[in-house]
Amino acid sequence: MALDVGDSIPELRVTPDKYLPHRYAGASGDFNPIHIDTEFAKAVGLPSNILHGLYGMALVARAAVAAVDGDPRSLKRLSVQFRGMGLPEQEITVTGTVKEANAGQVVLAMEAEQGGNRIIRNAEAELALGPGE
Amino acid sequence: MGREKIREYANAIGVHADINHDREAARAAGFRDVVAPPTFAVVYSAGSVAAGVLDPELGIDLARMLHGSQEFVWGEPVCSGDTVTTTTTVADLYERAGMEFYVFESVSLNQDGQESVRGTWTNIVRAG
Repeated sequence: MALDVGDSIPELRVTPDKYLPHRYAGASGDFNPIHIDTEFAKAVGLPSNILHGLYGMALVARAAVAAVDGDPRSLKRLSVQFRGMGLPEQEITVTGTVKEANAGQVVLAMEAEQGGNRIIRNAEAELALGPGE
Repeated sequence: MGREKIREYANAIGVHADINHDREAARAAGFRDVVAPPTFAVVYSAGSVAAGVLDPELGIDLARMLHGSQEFVWGEPVCSGDTVTTTTTVADLYERAGMEFYVFESVSLNQDGQESVRGTWTNIVRAG
């Protein structure tokens, strides 16, 4: 798929289920109770347990890799800013547009949004394109 | 790097490609073994960064700390069976708009000395 400046990449839509933060905690080793204990999260002023910010970053990385050839070696750099809190059981949409396109390389401007709340902003992904793209 | 840990992480983030789960598929695609998704970098480098975050000399107020931003720059892919060593340094400390910024840089090298990933972790401590 040819990517030119201004093109949008296919959206990635994911609805993390109720137990996703528990599985992500186990997989990543981040057991901060704000992610896995609803009572604790509410006691510190959060609406409920919240998603790990780095889980959101992983979704942005997935969408970026899927936009080229699906080969994880394509992703050379990804920077993100964590803003708003992500919540379980609500759909997340990851979007991206091509900011720069040079021979063999594209830079995407990306973000992740949930219910109108932009949970990841000003993300930038640099991808190397394989031969034939 | 353990194959089951890579699979567990891939499942948690919804990555189900054969190269992330099946050794033969990964080898056929040119990897040494089951390959980790790029953001698996968090799993093997966060321990080194945490040592910096928790360093009493820095005195970060963890109760008011937020993970503000993150960057990874990837090199050689990480595969099952690799041994990755991460070193973290304090890259920058500054105050802006009444908030404290703590920037850590981690560099992860594999068993052959190739750079797997370089991470820039920015933690923000809100005014309290």
